[in-house]
Amino acid sequence: MLDYVWLIPLFPLAGVLVSALLGRWLPRRVVATVASLAVGASFVAALLVLFAMLGLPAEAETGANGRERIIPIFSWIVSGSFKIEAAILLDQLSILMTLVVTGVSTVIHVYSAAYMKDEEYYNRYFTWLNLFVLMMLILVLGDNFLTMYVGWEGVGLCSYLLIGYWFEKESAASAGKKAFIANRVGDFGFALGIMLIFATLGSLAFEDVFPAAGTLLPGTATAIALLLFLGATGKSAQIPLYVWLPDAMEGPTPVSALIHAATMVTAGVYMVVRCHSLFEQSLSALNWVAWIGIITAFFAATIAMAQKDFKRILAYSTISQLGYMFLAAGVGAYSAAMFHLTTHAFFKALLFLCAGSVIHALNGEQDIFRMGGLRKKMPWTFATFLVGVLALSGVPPLSGFFSKDEILYSGFGSGAVVPWLIGVVTAALTAFYAFRLLFVAFYGKSRMDKKVEKQVHEPSWVMLAPMLILAVLAALSGILGLPTLLRLGNAIDEFLHPVFAGSLVVPPASEGAAVEGGLMGLSVLVVGGGFFAAYWIYIRNWGLAARMTKSTQWLYDLIYNKYYVDEGYMEGIVKPLRALADLLSTVVEERSIDAAVNGLARLFGLAGEGLRRLQSGLVRHYALAMLAGVVGIVVYFLLRSVLGF
Amino acid sequence: MVPASYFLVLSAILFTLGAIGVLIRRNALVIFMSVELMLNAVNLTLITYSRFLDDIAGQVFVLVVMAVAAAEVAVGLAIVVAVHRHKDTTDVDQMSVLKW
Repeated sequence: MLDYVWLIPLFPLAGVLVSALLGRWLPRRVVATVASLAVGASFVAALLVLFAMLGLPAEAETGANGRERIIPIFSWIVSGSFKIEAAILLDQLSILMTLVVTGVSTVIHVYSAAYMKDEEYYNRYFTWLNLFVLMMLILVLGDNFLTMYVGWEGVGLCSYLLIGYWFEKESAASAGKKAFIANRVGDFGFALGIMLIFATLGSLAFEDVFPAAGTLLPGTATAIALLLFLGATGKSAQIPLYVWLPDAMEGPTPVSALIHAATMVTAGVYMVVRCHSLFEQSLSALNWVAWIGIITAFFAATIAMAQKDFKRILAYSTISQLGYMFLAAGVGAYSAAMFHLTTHAFFKALLFLCAGSVIHALNGEQDIFRMGGLRKKMPWTFATFLVGVLALSGVPPLSGFFSKDEILYSGFGSGAVVPWLIGVVTAALTAFYAFRLLFVAFYGKSRMDKKVEKQVHEPSWVMLAPMLILAVLAALSGILGLPTLLRLGNAIDEFLHPVFAGSLVVPPASEGAAVEGGLMGLSVLVVGGGFFAAYWIYIRNWGLAARMTKSTQWLYDLIYNKYYVDEGYMEGIVKPLRALADLLSTVVEERSIDAAVNGLARLFGLAGEGLRRLQSGLVRHYALAMLAGVVGIVVYFLLRSVLGF
Repeated sequence: MVPASYFLVLSAILFTLGAIGVLIRRNALVIFMSVELMLNAVNLTLITYSRFLDDIAGQVFVLVVMAVAAAEVAVGLAIVVAVHRHKDTTDVDQMSVLKW
């Protein structure tokens, strides 16, 4: 089975071709089924590959990773000494990502079949969704930086296409452009990093680069790591390039669930984890990763607390949770980062699907203060959403608790106390905004528009089933990473361990049961605090929020307006660039270059205009001209003989 | 013996008069006459040099020039007659269609 790994990306490719070429003439059900089956088959194939891998010993005789295989597909670039093989690097890390991507994708494809059923360009949606899965798989399964970059750009492209799915809407088209451009800035850094790797190490294949990472000069290693990380901040929406993700909510909700929660945004985390050998050569770069991660987490959580749009709250939540993953990567707790990536994929996708269910039922309403009381009208949605909120907040025994806690514990243990503290505070904020969202949208009196309220209904089973599946996963997947305290073994940690065996930065295994237990207790306490604050403000004292806002209006305005970062970028970057472009197009292009070229043409025209007047049509003028010529020649010869030249 | 320069100066003056006539006059026939004048001035020069250099070639060439002049006049007058039939004028300035 391992040799058939290439089937995993093949199924989505087939799906893309069918949807793209035949989709217009096929009935909707067929398009949706083909697309979903394509991804589903991919998932099944991934599972079979996993079982085959588990059958292998974790450690080979040489001590290397026994479950790692490189399966070549074809020779892509052969240009002198520059050779790139298109090959699949199959190891525990890539199969984990593959399973998460294909699994969540399958579920969301099924959901989309119902959610998008009234859309006109059904096949366009599924084409790009399948293309996205294909690109994500290329990113995750590639064995060299160039294929990873192909997948990286590919998912960025699909993200742009899907965000701008309703491109006739100005805001959606702009959001798509914003996403692509912000990503492009990051990709520029990523590309420079790749070029630097090639320039210093002479190869782009992971199996060549990572063992040779130790030969890099410290400055070079830092430069490479920071450039790569710039790419990660773009793709995974961290400071400074996170600005596209909240706008990306213009896209259809299943797209938000899949791309901007579960998969594409995790590509940055995957990349940092995959390149850990490079990052470890520069401890300052790792430091940056951890700090930017946790500061972004805190920053985004504060913004989420004041937002009114259902999806935007979830978008900032995603940015925040990704920050936690980068914190983990920055302290060397790679399997903790991957664990949180996995659980987050489940519960964040779940939260978004529930959002879609609500938005669908309320005919497009997304302002939570125009909802209320949905608990009774949409019980299933409420139940699954509650599971998602509990998981996001980190309430035991749901998965979010275990994964977030492992990150915080690693942070504390490796000495990053300040980031740990920020992480704990952010956890409280997370619980607050999550429960705020739950209470405002689902509890209390209905603040819905009367017409909308009359037709609020639960979605069909095609939409509910995926939500239920994700709810179960969000609730139970904590079992994959049980803390050392319980002495039941951390499955993910053990599974991924051979991948990180050579790691130079290892967070301590255990500080002791007391410390661990204490920290877990603190987490629960903090979450409880957040929950209680949300409860107090949004259930018991409904007017309190308004009064609190008024008393610190400046703070509220600052947070509600996302700290005016978008406006800052507009003034500081976009406007100067536009001014420069205007300058270049008028002064340089129009007045200088065009003027020169056109002027030259006009010069010839004028010369012609002037010369044509010689053709007066009057014979006498021609005769005169001839005479003048003859006289000239005679004079010349006379002078020649007289003056002797 | 009349000095050669007399003949040559006469010839030059005739040529100049002919040239001026070609440039200034508007009647096509008068222009033709001026051209004839120029040709004959050249003939005079050729004969002068034939006499003073004792070479018969000059006189032979004069005969050729006269033949050519005659042929040219025949064709030219035919053209003038044809144009006159169309435009009812021999004013050269009126025949300026082939222009910008």
